[in-house]
Amino acid sequence: MGPSETGTLHHQLLHYQIPHHIKQLTTKRAANMSALRILVPVKRVIDYAVFAPHFLFPQISYYILDQTAIETNGVKHSMNPFDELSIEESVRIREKNSAPGGVEDILAFSAGPTKSQDTLRTAMAMGADRSILVEMKDGEELEPLGVAKLLKKVVEKEKSNLVILGKQSIDDDAAQTGQMLAGLLGWSQATQASKVEFKEGDVVEVTKEVDGGTDVVRAKLPMVITTDLRLNEPRYASLQSIMKAKKKKLEKTSLSDWGLDASKRLKTLKVIEPPPRQGGGKVEDVDSMISKLKELGAL
Amino acid sequence: MISKAGYSVLRQARSQLRSRVGPSPVASLSALARLLSSLAVLEQKEGKLNPGSLAAVTAAQKLGGPVTAFIAGSNIKSVAEEAAKVAGIEKIIAVDNGAYDRLLFTNTSSTQGLPENYAPLLVENIKKGGFTHIIVGHTAFGKNLFPRVAALLDVQQISDITSIENENTFVRPIYAGNAIATVESSDSIKVFTIRGTAFAAAAAEGGSATIEDGVDPKVESPTEWVSEDLAKSDRPDLATAGRVVSGGRGLKSKEEFDKVMLPLADALGAAVGASRAAVDSGYADNSLQVGQTGKVVAPELYLCAGISGAIQHLAGMKDSKVIAAINKDPDAPIFQVADVGLVGDLFEKVPELTEKLKK
Repeated sequence: MGPSETGTLHHQLLHYQIPHHIKQLTTKRAANMSALRILVPVKRVIDYAVFAPHFLFPQISYYILDQTAIETNGVKHSMNPFDELSIEESVRIREKNSAPGGVEDILAFSAGPTKSQDTLRTAMAMGADRSILVEMKDGEELEPLGVAKLLKKVVEKEKSNLVILGKQSIDDDAAQTGQMLAGLLGWSQATQASKVEFKEGDVVEVTKEVDGGTDVVRAKLPMVITTDLRLNEPRYASLQSIMKAKKKKLEKTSLSDWGLDASKRLKTLKVIEPPPRQGGGKVEDVDSMISKLKELGAL
Repeated sequence: MISKAGYSVLRQARSQLRSRVGPSPVASLSALARLLSSLAVLEQKEGKLNPGSLAAVTAAQKLGGPVTAFIAGSNIKSVAEEAAKVAGIEKIIAVDNGAYDRLLFTNTSSTQGLPENYAPLLVENIKKGGFTHIIVGHTAFGKNLFPRVAALLDVQQISDITSIENENTFVRPIYAGNAIATVESSDSIKVFTIRGTAFAAAAAEGGSATIEDGVDPKVESPTEWVSEDLAKSDRPDLATAGRVVSGGRGLKSKEEFDKVMLPLADALGAAVGASRAAVDSGYADNSLQVGQTGKVVAPELYLCAGISGAIQHLAGMKDSKVIAAINKDPDAPIFQVADVGLVGDLFEKVPELTEKLKK
């Protein structure tokens, strides 16, 4: 992540310099374009830089407790990196006026422990308008199918017409929630997006990262998009926007408010460290490298 | 929950059944046997079977029950016949309909699909066939399609499994491969994607499966496929190559990357990979990225140059059989996993290595 434009400045430029352009858009919107009501689910996860393989960093191997779970207490957490891309993309759609119907609402959503509200504050500091937290008890968590069912209810209640999710969370690495949600809603899905473009008539064209290159699909709203790392470069929230985010609305709810429980289909029997790998030491020159590789049967 | 003893009783019952000719006289045994029946979803393009997708057949065989393979697309007959020869498959379900053709793989074995119509197709056939285990590779195609299938079946999918312990219990890496979780599913249908490098592809010859037409619900996809832009290459496919050479930020530019790494790849008959840093800097194509967010590889030889060994990169290559590294920083983490490490300037060492390998 590098330096990025400050959200607020960019926002002001767009809104104060070209007001009549915005007016035109408003008229168009009335004709046949839907205003976007974007839902952005975000997840609080262990910071990607913290988790490290035991064989490289044995001193922090306490991350796995008694072969049953990952230790999360006292470990640095942050927003799942793919979710930062979702927020950034939503905010850019608004700032760049790239959707003909405009952006009516950007709603950040999270389900997790109370501390997930920090993640939602970050999302709002980056530009989300408001947020909803489903507060869960310690040790209670949802599987992707449960999250997808919950999100379906949120979409219905909030009348969202675009859901932008990360392609996977870096803790569970499941890569399922977006597709499951699209399936439950019967909506179009575009996974691993590296580019999102809006066309006339509520049409969205998405360039997807696939094995071997890229693939372009086109669909009408409503739809579900999942983000790939190349979609954008998320901004750092400025101090000013962090302060402003404190005034934005964060609605706290519980699973029962949504008529869902946290029962799981999968039971984790064991969590262990991967087998350690020992470096075989160094060789002096290219010839020794070749002979060592031959010795190991790799050449 | 069934105990371990329960499983072996189940296996025994099943094997007795399978050796018996004709219908079983013991109703309870046949009821048990119906408990396990796998469906491996195969990928095809333009009348050719994707050999990479045959790892799903191997995974299905490990479960022990009868294995059915599923395939769909236009003029599917020849692909179905090709799949019928694959060892270990009892039956092929084929659906002949061009609407499912966006299921492609290229010479880099890329796949894509429109899950909006493919998922309902698969669900109909799963319900009709009464399958208990549904398997596909953890490829772009599998990742795109299977969660949608799982949601339609109201099942919690298990992603990217590396090993099967029994019909309910599976092993998968989490936290970018830094932890290995064993999970037990209570769903009546198990929907899972498998890590291709963890299961060998089934042999393309030796089988004689029957071919039957699947049901086709002909669901219209609300999504339209527009175009694709796939990197063409004569080199082996990165995900399944026996040898991989990989370059990182140390290569400094795309020109240098191509000049230094490509001849080495050719000398070794290897696929080319790259670190995220190299991809982000534009030295190499996105599709070449090895790591948590790119491809996971496990070749016989992984030879990398100018890669320090960030956690996210290691997640994509640490299961390689032999790892060799060239890096000028003697303290780079990559040396802690490399079987053979050479400290030196890659612009000097890699061309020297290439020359010597050619001899």
